[in-house]
Amino acid sequence: MNDFSSVLFVFVLATFIGLGVIRRVSRLLYTPLMSLTNAISAIAVVGSIVVTGADHPLTIRILGAVALFASMTNIVSGFMITDRMLKMFKKQ
Amino acid sequence: MHLIGELAAILATALFIFALHWMGDPKTARRGVFAGVTGMTVAVLATWIQPEIVHHAWIFLAIIAGFAVGIPLSRVPLTAVPQRTALSHAFGGLAAGLVGTAEYFLWVGEHSAQLTPFRTSALVVEVILGFLTFTGSLMAAGKLQEVRWIPQRPVTYPGQNFVNLGVLGLAAALGVVLVLHPTAAWSGQVFIAIAALALIFGVLLIIPIGGADMPTVISILNAYAGLAAVAMGFVLDSKLLVTAGALDGSSGLILSIIMCKAMNRSFTNVLFGAFGKAQPAVAAGEQKEWKQESVEGAAQLLEQARSVVIIPGYGMAVAQAQHKVRELYDALTKRGVTVKFAIHPVAGRMPGHMNVLLAEANIPYSALVEMDEINPEMPQCDVALVLGANDVVNPAARYAKSTPIYGMPIIDADKAKTVIAVKRSKNPGFAGIDNELYVLDNTWMLFGDAKAVLGDLVKQFGSGGIH
Repeated sequence: MNDFSSVLFVFVLATFIGLGVIRRVSRLLYTPLMSLTNAISAIAVVGSIVVTGADHPLTIRILGAVALFASMTNIVSGFMITDRMLKMFKKQ
Repeated sequence: MHLIGELAAILATALFIFALHWMGDPKTARRGVFAGVTGMTVAVLATWIQPEIVHHAWIFLAIIAGFAVGIPLSRVPLTAVPQRTALSHAFGGLAAGLVGTAEYFLWVGEHSAQLTPFRTSALVVEVILGFLTFTGSLMAAGKLQEVRWIPQRPVTYPGQNFVNLGVLGLAAALGVVLVLHPTAAWSGQVFIAIAALALIFGVLLIIPIGGADMPTVISILNAYAGLAAVAMGFVLDSKLLVTAGALDGSSGLILSIIMCKAMNRSFTNVLFGAFGKAQPAVAAGEQKEWKQESVEGAAQLLEQARSVVIIPGYGMAVAQAQHKVRELYDALTKRGVTVKFAIHPVAGRMPGHMNVLLAEANIPYSALVEMDEINPEMPQCDVALVLGANDVVNPAARYAKSTPIYGMPIIDADKAKTVIAVKRSKNPGFAGIDNELYVLDNTWMLFGDAKAVLGDLVKQFGSGGIH
């Protein structure tokens, strides 16, 4: 129960930080913002790594490996396309 | 080892927050990507070196596969960015759903003490959100990509909302059953039923949604994908996951709110009130006729203007006309005409879509002006060039209560001294409403593909047709 409340606490605080930070993001950059946050939320990859890499039954590891592949795709394409788009924004 | 993991998680969290902070300004934004990549690398490595990880080849192969698919996905043309984004929400949802499924069956088999009511609830939420985001986003990506067997137009049928809510309600009810009996002999089947219902719900949720609602829907799916990651964080007791998911979720939430406001609609209205149904056109007395203008005439109007405001819409994206727009921008600015771009928040198919396309064409971002800033200047504008935008410039939004766009803030193109509207066909726009902007006394129409029309316009300036 203690764990639960501390994680919930983190969730509430992180949401407030998120709302505060995102609110200041330039409207020009909403498309790259979405691809960046998408790449960041692919941090779910750490969950998939544990499921795939630990000594679990085969089916479990297959599920994990597919999840790991999906997250990794998001990480790679998310960060790369964000950078590609941001490079295009020039003042003059 | 545990300490390394904790420290890495804190470092990654901080880097992610900085990454978003730097997105506040285009000048610092690329630093944000660097911070994000660093945070991600730290977190992945710290997890990988944990002693319980023994099947390194599996991880390695999955990562290679992720690169193999991810790199081409990052090189799509920018007009395809909405689809790519929807697809990445689908992948995010899929990952959450699969990890949730794997964890559940792992615990049910070996460590049933792990399945506390709290954790089981989080698992149910993770799996429902994950799988509905997966199929919902795939549908959205399919619609955006105009895949043949996915209907583009909204599909509606009587009792649709009842069916949708019924499916979701059933999944939630089964979720309650699972929380109460996480390890009964039949619990595995209940779990699979929940996952299946969530997959079905995702499809049903997106079927009634049409193109103009995509910016909002993509934002909502973004929020769901983030919340699925948060739920996964609760399941795995990982504060890093909870934080990163919350950042993604709050970003999706803010974008959804902005998109909804820009259409004067509520969340529930977008999700449950299919937009595309054609409404009876506004009975505005006699039907007025369009006045068609020649390319030469339009070029002359532009040439004689002191200030031109270009209002791009989805038509510009479809025609891939952004580079021609740049040529026109160059030709006009060279002649001393002030050219600005008026960007409506929901122009295009995702938040920020127009900005990215215009930036790709090397148009300086200082020329891109938001709706609220440009509207007060519109009466001084000599020529408003409407480029494949329709509903976002329809004056009916101000007064026609019977239309779905009523109350939607619009760019005041009609207040400009002259309007030139480039339009692909004579069909009404997405919302199926006649646009009276096109029949105003000071409006001139140019029919044709935006790219072709602009190409012809630019030629007028280049070939010495106008001096």
